[in-house]
Amino acid sequence: MTTTASQVLTEGAQIACSEECIMRPGNTNCGGCGMSIAHTMMGRFLAKAGEKAVLVIPACCGIVTAGGYPISSYNVPVLGSTFGSAPAFATGVAVVRDLNGEKEQVINWAGDGGTYDIGMATLSAAAERNENFIYICYDNEIYGNTGGQRSSATPIGAKTTTTPYGKKALKKPIVDIMAAHRIPYAATVSIAHPQDFERKLNVAVKKKGFRFLLIHSPCPTGWKSEPSQTVNLVRIAVNSGLFPLYEVYDGVRYRVNADPDGTDPAQYYEAQRRFPKGAVDYDAVSAEASATHERLTRLAELWPARDDE
Amino acid sequence: MAVEIVTGNHAAGYALSVAGEANREARGVCAGAYPITPQTEIIEFASRFKFTKGSIVPVESEHSAMGVCIGASMNGARSFTASASNGLSYMTENIFTAGYYRLPIVLVCVNRTMGPPWNIWADQSDALLMRDASLIQIFAETNQEMVDSVLLAFRLAEDHRILMPFMVSMEAFIMSHTLMNTDLPEQKLVDAYLPPCDIPHRLNLEKPVCVGGLAWPQETLSMRVETDEAFQRVPEVYEECRKEFQKIFGRDVGGFIDPFQTEDADIVLIASGTIATTTREVVKKRRAAGEKVGMIKVKVYRPFPERELLDACANASKVGVLDRSYAAGVGGIFWQDFRAVAQGRRDDLLIQNYLTGVCGGDVTPDLIEEVIDDLAQRKTAGRPVWKGIDV
Repeated sequence: MTTTASQVLTEGAQIACSEECIMRPGNTNCGGCGMSIAHTMMGRFLAKAGEKAVLVIPACCGIVTAGGYPISSYNVPVLGSTFGSAPAFATGVAVVRDLNGEKEQVINWAGDGGTYDIGMATLSAAAERNENFIYICYDNEIYGNTGGQRSSATPIGAKTTTTPYGKKALKKPIVDIMAAHRIPYAATVSIAHPQDFERKLNVAVKKKGFRFLLIHSPCPTGWKSEPSQTVNLVRIAVNSGLFPLYEVYDGVRYRVNADPDGTDPAQYYEAQRRFPKGAVDYDAVSAEASATHERLTRLAELWPARDDE
Repeated sequence: MAVEIVTGNHAAGYALSVAGEANREARGVCAGAYPITPQTEIIEFASRFKFTKGSIVPVESEHSAMGVCIGASMNGARSFTASASNGLSYMTENIFTAGYYRLPIVLVCVNRTMGPPWNIWADQSDALLMRDASLIQIFAETNQEMVDSVLLAFRLAEDHRILMPFMVSMEAFIMSHTLMNTDLPEQKLVDAYLPPCDIPHRLNLEKPVCVGGLAWPQETLSMRVETDEAFQRVPEVYEECRKEFQKIFGRDVGGFIDPFQTEDADIVLIASGTIATTTREVVKKRRAAGEKVGMIKVKVYRPFPERELLDACANASKVGVLDRSYAAGVGGIFWQDFRAVAQGRRDDLLIQNYLTGVCGGDVTPDLIEEVIDDLAQRKTAGRPVWKGIDV
């Protein structure tokens, strides 16, 4: 007896639609999508923590993930928002949840365009009001859904369709910006460090108020990288100090979660064709990464996170 | 019943707040609020109001004000906000979203001239900019009508046959800051009038639906057709809400239009808001002089009262449409709508547009007399006529 495609899909869906899944198979994401991996991990961690969630997602790959109406690859309720107002939508959802004494997590899941650019004012305002929800930015450093334009999260030197000769400006330091709002929790997350991710998600779900997580999320389509290298790229970024893993409590208490191990940042750039040869000054980025690590380490020494944090 | 002397803004703030409070046994009320002259007092009123189960969120922009309303409404709460002019236009994207998400959010607009330059005076171009959104629209003429229309708006918008955002407008200062005797109904009457807000498609953990993702042309089209069908149901549901209003509050909230002396009128003027008040007085004067003049106040603008307007103009040969709005390169906006309605049904009708009080100028009885005189001597309709310009 042969197995039909629809049987495979149905059985696959049954397995994947277990409690621990947020995003089911059949989604529209590209191979090697960092966001997909982050979703898979987040689903497992939330299930382990016994948390239910609703997602608020602005225009980004994350909303297209659901697939064409009326199907949805999401296993949780999703409210799509206009590009620039996801934190406002999430505010409304979270306020009404709290008015009614309900417990599900409201998670605002957004790309870097919706976070660093068009959603910035709304995001800053929701953080200032200390609204009670978790904001997660999966940062692929590009407008991926529209075919790869620069955002203010795009790193210097990167070639995009709107910076065909390489981006001249620096990437916006979003976690510093969010931490400066003195929100209860801000942290960077790596999909190459799942235990650290899980711990940080658990910290976030246990807190009240505005919580911000930044996930470094490779986009093979936009980065011109090998899909199989997605997790490896994130690991190199962390180990070389390009993507520091750290967390900030109440905007003032710091902890550095990983120290660079001397990995050469050149490995990171050379694995992505968005960085043409010579576009990035490796000495300069190495120096910058070291300086950032030193700055964060000093902050963590002077104002450390508490032991119970 | 408590008759008080209050401004239009106070009236609107009161009505929105008691309607919100009336949902305390259900999922409560949540609104986004952002200031803009001349509506600011409305959101200030709501911010002061002690809700049993509610929260007014002071956001950073009108765009976010409607964003909060959408999130709240999608999670099952009653929701409202207020804006004006550039604030309303900044909110546009999310007003369209509220409509397409079929969320019964009530919005008060205090009609103000679109800037630049910064002109805070009355002009309906802001609300009329929203004419293509899935948004029911009323233009109120008095503070009482503002209170009553807002209460009716919640009941109508939240009806499962409709589920649509609803905007009630009034003109800047002429109404928003003018004191009038207004019956502000007690909470218990409002409780009786407004059933608990029940959004059937609200977020539901047991039913993980993705709202607002990708949809194909056919699927999106089916949503638009459903919107159109809901708009067609508005007149019927409106009459039910109106009857129930009469029963509970003891007064008539009024119909889609309010015709005055149109039965035998040869000349009919169409106006809305406070211009209707002045027009009515001028018509009384002309009637006393034996002239066959009538007028129609348009209260409900969306859905556009096609049948009602044609019926009220049945015996007229000339219609003058008074617009406190200007669509660049075309003319008044009510005029455009009315002209389209008459097309092919009343091709004999001479329809002339008068731009009155655009950018906030006073529309005096003398000005309306000039309009009637102009219309009376006209043989054909021409370009829209600008009124009230000192040269």
